[in-house]
Amino acid sequence: MRYLLVEDNHELAEAVVNRLALDGHAVDHAASLAEAEDCLAAAQYDLILLDVMLPDGDGRDFLARSRAHLETPVIVLTARSQVSDRVGALDQGADDYITKPFDFSELEARCRAVLRRRGGEARNEIHLGDAIFDPLAGTLRHGAESIDLRNREIRLLEVFARHKGQILSKSHLMDRLFSYDAEVTENAIEVYVGRLRRRIDGMGVRIETVRGLGYRMETGEQ
Amino acid sequence: MTGTGSIGRRLTLLLAGVAALLSVLSWWMVTGLARQAAERTQDNVLAASVTTIAETLRSEQGEVRLELPYSAFSMLGAISEDRVFYRVATGDTVLTGYEDLPVPSEVLSSGGRVVFDTGEYSGEEIRMATVARLVLAGTQPVPVNVTVAQTRGGVASISAELSQLAAFLSVAFFLVAVSLSAFAARTSLKPLNEIAAAVSRRGPSDLRPLRRAAPTELAPLMSSLNRLMDRLGQSIRSAEDFIAEAAHRIRTPLATVRAQAEIALRSAKDDDQKQRLRQMIRAVDESSRSAGQLLDHATVIYRSDDLVRTPVHLSDLVGQTVAGLEPTAAMKDIRLHVDMIPAMVEVDPVLMENALRNVLDNAIKYSPPDTVVTIAVSEQDGEIRIAVKDQGPGLGDGPVDTLTQRFQRGSNTQGIVGSGLGLTIAKDVLVAHCGRLDLETLEGNRGTCASLVLPSS
Amino acid sequence: MRLTCLALLLSFVATLASALEIEDHRLFPGTGDRMLKVISTADLEVFEPYLRTFQASQPSLSIDYTVVSSTELHRAIRSGAVFDLALSSAMDLQFQLANDGFAQSHRSETTSALPDWARWRDLIFAFTAEPAVVVLSTERFQGLDLPTTRQELVTLLREYPERFDGAVGTYDVRDSGLGYLFATQEARSTDAYWRLSEVMGRLNPQLYCCSGQMIDDVAEGRLALAYNVLGSYAAERLARDSGGQVQILGMQDFTNVILRSAIIPTTAQETAGAGAFIDMLARLGQREAPGTWPLPPLGQTGADNLVGFGPIRLGPALMVYLDPLNRRAFLTEWENALEQR
Repeated sequence: MRYLLVEDNHELAEAVVNRLALDGHAVDHAASLAEAEDCLAAAQYDLILLDVMLPDGDGRDFLARSRAHLETPVIVLTARSQVSDRVGALDQGADDYITKPFDFSELEARCRAVLRRRGGEARNEIHLGDAIFDPLAGTLRHGAESIDLRNREIRLLEVFARHKGQILSKSHLMDRLFSYDAEVTENAIEVYVGRLRRRIDGMGVRIETVRGLGYRMETGEQ
Repeated sequence: MTGTGSIGRRLTLLLAGVAALLSVLSWWMVTGLARQAAERTQDNVLAASVTTIAETLRSEQGEVRLELPYSAFSMLGAISEDRVFYRVATGDTVLTGYEDLPVPSEVLSSGGRVVFDTGEYSGEEIRMATVARLVLAGTQPVPVNVTVAQTRGGVASISAELSQLAAFLSVAFFLVAVSLSAFAARTSLKPLNEIAAAVSRRGPSDLRPLRRAAPTELAPLMSSLNRLMDRLGQSIRSAEDFIAEAAHRIRTPLATVRAQAEIALRSAKDDDQKQRLRQMIRAVDESSRSAGQLLDHATVIYRSDDLVRTPVHLSDLVGQTVAGLEPTAAMKDIRLHVDMIPAMVEVDPVLMENALRNVLDNAIKYSPPDTVVTIAVSEQDGEIRIAVKDQGPGLGDGPVDTLTQRFQRGSNTQGIVGSGLGLTIAKDVLVAHCGRLDLETLEGNRGTCASLVLPSS
Repeated sequence: MRLTCLALLLSFVATLASALEIEDHRLFPGTGDRMLKVISTADLEVFEPYLRTFQASQPSLSIDYTVVSSTELHRAIRSGAVFDLALSSAMDLQFQLANDGFAQSHRSETTSALPDWARWRDLIFAFTAEPAVVVLSTERFQGLDLPTTRQELVTLLREYPERFDGAVGTYDVRDSGLGYLFATQEARSTDAYWRLSEVMGRLNPQLYCCSGQMIDDVAEGRLALAYNVLGSYAAERLARDSGGQVQILGMQDFTNVILRSAIIPTTAQETAGAGAFIDMLARLGQREAPGTWPLPPLGQTGADNLVGFGPIRLGPALMVYLDPLNRRAFLTEWENALEQR
């Protein structure tokens, strides 16, 4: 996905850009509303992450001004979590808002929700064996069937799907799957992997256990 | 603020004091005047009497003769029951009358003028009127002094009577004056009461300057009041600004740290390192959550003083709050189920959202994954209840009401990041709205129910 | 105990008798040792009922009653004689005593109820209102029209000088205080007095010191007419005399009404008793019906055939004619009128 991050704090911006890059996203950074306008004029984006407090104005006012001719979905970044801010942002034309510091998994989930609502194209479909996995919609289509996956199932499958053939350690999967505030044992990973296996059974793709190292997704039947 | 007594009462007392003084003064004056008048009356009658007697003086065969006229004495008896004494003398020779009646102290120079004097005779105070006449007796004109005297009992009794009447009138005047001054005090203070009423009629957050016609004495008070309201408005605005500023300044660096930590965690190979980084991220999350709750709490405090109630659709309030937390819940595969009834409440939307968000966040936080959190809205016995039920571990064994104390966490919260302010915030908001927060563990320790209870509008 | 009192009293009276010209005297003994000494101008016959009644209400009190002329009473009190009560019909003399400080004040509910004109400074208390009347002998007036005014009387005396010569009596105002009062008040009030006096003066009038003797002489036919007699005495005599010898005549043009009064001298010792006696007199003075008392109450002027006239005013004016100069002038004129030879 192509993001436009409008944030004046350079340290945070750098961290966010790098972090999103880890997941394979491309992120452009604008440090002010003026820069943002330049970027928007030059390129197309899948999502805009807009900070509220910017040196040359309130992000929400910018939003109000540009909403008419801007079709890209916007998620507002804010340090406040009041409903008035939320409602204000949404009224001004934002699709959602997230409070700093945010969990990137949460950001992912909100982006997914926004894009789903917007009726995004099927750009992100991933072929897995005989099945088509749409991480945005959270669906696994196999032939005529279409299964709706649960949140964690979607995330787990997406990790496997994007790193097909790579060995993913349990610890790595834990970080991807669970928030940091829960003490989770590796057993939980086994449970979820087990569930996922059941889901993709018969779809021409499988998850292999690599003893002592982790798991790997391979196409082909078990 | 120490009370210094009512202005109205002080004013009334002051005016009453003045009236009392005037009453006493007027009584004293009237009594004095009454006595003077009575004395003058007596003097007039004595003068008439003595003149009448003097007019009967004649000379007969070289001797001074006189005949007391009946009228001279009957007029003295007409006005009072005073004792009467008289004396007619030429030089030291007494022609008739009471010989030892005191001689007038003034030497009578010109004939015809009645001279008055006061003295004592027969054990009583007497008033004497003396007149001198020249009577031709033989060849020489003989100066004759005629004195008529009366005791002063009549004067005293008339004075006493009038004094009593004056006292009665003074008291009446005083009472009238007191009631009038009470009325005057009340009327004068009316503008003050009107201003107070105007201010109290305003809504709680109406800090517009007062524009009223007021007496010049109250102008300084009015402008001070307006300045105060202006400062208050400014301080409220700056409180809001402060909170916004604080939020931004705390959270932005935290966001940086977290992002960097996640990046580091991805590329870390060492399990120990990974563990430490995870802990770091947890710490950042806790800071952020604490900061958020502290700021929420501050908002609740400053807004509670001045509750701005507006009519709000419960469905909007609950819906927005739930929608805001949906992604958070989804991350743990927790489903948020809403049971709604159409209802309107008069609440501060900012504070109520705050309360609900905190309770719901708590529920999500302490629920295990793949569970359901139910938000059930109901109305019963004049109360509206928003019940948030989770399927978590319950509230623990400790006393339930302590959970709403600041920074208190239950005994079942091990291993979960959170601060104890969430329930405190919710309770404070509900108390400010004359409602309450009910907490109970569901049967069989299978979850918690936190209910926000409001009186129906 | 009583004997010592009596002894003391007799000696006292004896000493007094030498100084005082007593007309009559009686002691009314009581059960106790307190004594009320009364000096009065009222005859015993007239006043005894009052004394008896009082003693009945206060049996422990003895009453010593002395009768003197009004001038004598006045003189006695002025010279400091010790009496508890002084009763006199001579208003002017009583007034002067009170004015000159020889009386002490007494106040009670009863005295406060007296009308204003019957009381002065709580020193003098009037208890009767008695008119001056003409008393005539029925026998000697036979065939004559009874005069109703002084003018008619003057005409009558002028017409029948022979019938009235030496048969007209009146007070000798030089001796009688009451007579003097009557005369001066009448002279002040009506011009008919001097005319009448002159007419009487030409008829060789008989001059008396007291009403009683005058009435007796009329009753016995020695006098045809007695002028200015105290009405109450006459009425009393009339009551006694059933033979119709005496007739009372009230003058329609003017009638003197005197107030018989009581004072408590400053020398009084039995002040409680004196006060009680005055209260009794005052109560009687305020009675509605005349009843069987010898003296009339304040409200009426005696027998029915008299028109009501206001009593002489109790005030300082009464002292005018007591003034020596005035007295001398009046007596000179009076002698001129009545002693024509």
